[in-house]
Amino acid sequence: MTPAVGTNVLRKEGPEKLTGRALYIDDHKLPGCLFGATLRTTIPYGRLKRLVFDPAFPWKECVVVTAKDIPGKNEVALIEHDQPILVDEIVRHPMEPIALVAHKSRARAYEALKHIQAEYEPLDPVLTMEDSLAVKQAIFPPSNVFKDILIQKGDLESGFTQAEVVVEGEYRVPWQEQAYIENNGMAAWVDKDGTIVVLGSMQCPYYVHKSLAYAFGKPAEKVRVIQATTGGGFGGKEDYPSILAAHAALLAIKAKKPVKIIYDRPEDMAATTKRHPAWIKHRTGVTRHGKLVVQDVEVVMDGGAYMTLSPVVLSRGAIHAAGPYECPNVRIRARAVATNTPPNGAFRGFGAPQTLYAAELHMAKIAHTLGVDPLTLRRINVLKLGSSTATSQVLRESVGAEDVLERCVVKSGYVKRRIECAQHNRDPKSPAWKGVGLSLIYHGSGFTGAGEVMLASQAGVALDKDGRIRVLAASTEIGQGTITMFAQIAADALGLPVGWVDVETPDTSKVPNSGPTVASRTCMIVGELVRRACLDLKNDLATVVKGGVPRSEKELRRAASAVCGKAPSKEYIASYEKPREIVWDDKAYRGDAYGAFGYAAIVVEVEVDKATYEIKVDKVTSVFEIGKAVHPLLAEGQIIGGLAQGLGYSLMEDPVYRNGVMVNAQLTNYILPTSLDTPPMDIEILEKPYSHGPFGAKGLGELPMDVPGPAVAAAVFHATGRWIPELPILPEKILKAFSHDQAKG
Amino acid sequence: MIKLKVNGRTRTFKGAPFTRLIDVLREELGLTGTKEGCGEGECGACTVLVDGAAVCSCLIPVCQADGASVETVESLGTPEKLGALQEGFLKEGGAQCGICTPGMLMSATGWLRRGGGADAASLRCAIAGNLCRCTGYQHIIDSVVSSVKGRKRARR
Repeated sequence: MTPAVGTNVLRKEGPEKLTGRALYIDDHKLPGCLFGATLRTTIPYGRLKRLVFDPAFPWKECVVVTAKDIPGKNEVALIEHDQPILVDEIVRHPMEPIALVAHKSRARAYEALKHIQAEYEPLDPVLTMEDSLAVKQAIFPPSNVFKDILIQKGDLESGFTQAEVVVEGEYRVPWQEQAYIENNGMAAWVDKDGTIVVLGSMQCPYYVHKSLAYAFGKPAEKVRVIQATTGGGFGGKEDYPSILAAHAALLAIKAKKPVKIIYDRPEDMAATTKRHPAWIKHRTGVTRHGKLVVQDVEVVMDGGAYMTLSPVVLSRGAIHAAGPYECPNVRIRARAVATNTPPNGAFRGFGAPQTLYAAELHMAKIAHTLGVDPLTLRRINVLKLGSSTATSQVLRESVGAEDVLERCVVKSGYVKRRIECAQHNRDPKSPAWKGVGLSLIYHGSGFTGAGEVMLASQAGVALDKDGRIRVLAASTEIGQGTITMFAQIAADALGLPVGWVDVETPDTSKVPNSGPTVASRTCMIVGELVRRACLDLKNDLATVVKGGVPRSEKELRRAASAVCGKAPSKEYIASYEKPREIVWDDKAYRGDAYGAFGYAAIVVEVEVDKATYEIKVDKVTSVFEIGKAVHPLLAEGQIIGGLAQGLGYSLMEDPVYRNGVMVNAQLTNYILPTSLDTPPMDIEILEKPYSHGPFGAKGLGELPMDVPGPAVAAAVFHATGRWIPELPILPEKILKAFSHDQAKG
Repeated sequence: MIKLKVNGRTRTFKGAPFTRLIDVLREELGLTGTKEGCGEGECGACTVLVDGAAVCSCLIPVCQADGASVETVESLGTPEKLGALQEGFLKEGGAQCGICTPGMLMSATGWLRRGGGADAASLRCAIAGNLCRCTGYQHIIDSVVSSVKGRKRARR
């Protein structure tokens, strides 16, 4: 049997997606379905006094739901239960849901919203991280801090005593909108036996399942969550679908009919989660030759009005805040604070793109201060086999940091291009400056610390009586290739052709809880569970098949019938087992933060127009080390797509907030990279197998998001001699940096 | 009454003449392959061909397409028998989450049919009105290039 892993088998669900047959939630026709719409708050903070319903409007045509209609607890069950499903009294951010309306016409449902008046008693809001830390108002008493993390290694004081040069820097990053092209949407109905069923666009069916059971006071088996074909997620469909599913279900229960809620673009952009804005301060001590001696890092992230996932976003951000370097003395203090803005949440990278942007740009600044090339500085300090990270995690295997750095430098011609661009910039007649920037990152695969142990994920495989093999996992296909990748892993574990393996739809009535589809964990963690479960099935098949492995589908059918006996199918489920050597101390925030890290390096070449300060990315070269590329083409697709998102984050994506709400919540003025903004990219994948990943695979999905920001900023510095320590790097900011210098004379 | 030729079949629409073309396609005719991403002509997910020209069906009132020929993604092939362009996308990884894919396919179809260049630089211009958040566009470009090469090979 030729192995499927490592080859580019055709995307399994591709033909349906390419012909318009794949059914996304808005494409599902549900008999008698009503359309739901959401009334939202318009103030950042205050008290909801009452809702006034226009007596002239024909309310009989509609179903209306308010907080009073919630049968269980009016709480979204996440880390903390501080977020209501519908506002009942205190308003904590603009765009917060207050009431729901359903109507058989979509247009009339939206029309009805205009006939409800919400009366408020406004309170003074907290809109910035600075005001939150100063406790201008205690909106999350007593300190407005959702989570405070301290990572310590070595001794800070003695570190600064040894340091020969100290470099300080302050960096800022804004919100970022996931901007999946399919907006959030969900349908709900109640089955005859009272089971609440929701079908929709989502990443994490069991998150939705847990929060619905809690809100409706139902036992687990009376809630069923099914994923529809999902048009992109990037984290934006990690936690938000839980509240949306509750809304659809509330309306469906009251209407006694199926109800579908599909957000339009402005509602989706203004109301749902975004990447956490952050400010990050670095104070770093080095020797004259560039050896890191001490790193003192402070991180503050804006969590928005409710805790949602902020503690875990902060945790990943904090752990990655020192960058992929070895330093004996480290202190990282990180806090997530509350503001009266819509809650920020998961977005590819989950806190790490923010802190790695600061860490990597700071490396460029240190190199500049010391008068050495940024590459030299990285070579001196880069993590190696046996190195210890900021959390004192000793890297025991699959460490690709040096490999990606050196390969990327050669592939891009970094050294030569740095010299050529510097020469070019000495020509006063040239209309543009040119610059080359470099960055190097690592990114932990899977949940942080004890996270995977707490998730206790399960996944498996089923053999049906008729010979059908189905992979069973709640991990969702959101474009990244889950279905194809699971089929490849299962096929190779079973020693059967990949075409014989199906992947079950993530439906909580059919698949076990393999955990959320996040954190670059689907391949490494869940894929390994699938592989292990398949080995059990393989053993069973071997007992009934001559020669051990079925050689035809007919033989498989015969074997299936023998294995299943009278049952319609037999399931093989594997549960997560922590590798013994992984030890994490959550109190001290010390130890093995992740089972493995993936590594990436990038070299970016930019041109900055001398008249307009417009920035053009000319060339991107990037190298990734991911253990094993299960499907090289899909892996490359993840990399290029993630780098494009990172370039958007670096250069154009700029949510503008006024009075706590995003005011450019449209694709007209929230600018995403188009095909003309995105340069061709030269990509290479390296493989240093990880012993606990399936066929050696580690995480990949989030890595590409981490690299472009600091490299672009470093390239702009190389071109213009100006530090722009705040993303996105807009021409206005470069202009300001030049005018500032002129003013100083 | 508005008359359209949709994917070669004559269809009539008796509703409000300013109904958006996308709503007629999706809700009246059940052609849900055409997707809505932004409702303001920015993302291009709803791209269809009207008399051969790629347009955003969320911006066109159906009355404007009266008497016209409309082509949607459903006209390009079926899962069992993909068209050449769709084959290219399948082979080269042009579709990830798939939501922008119908619009991409229609923009590329319109472009190639009008004799637009099949080199990477021309194709980047051809699909500049279609946003994709998954792929970074490179595999989409590769897909179109590969489908054109495939077609040329088949002709030889």
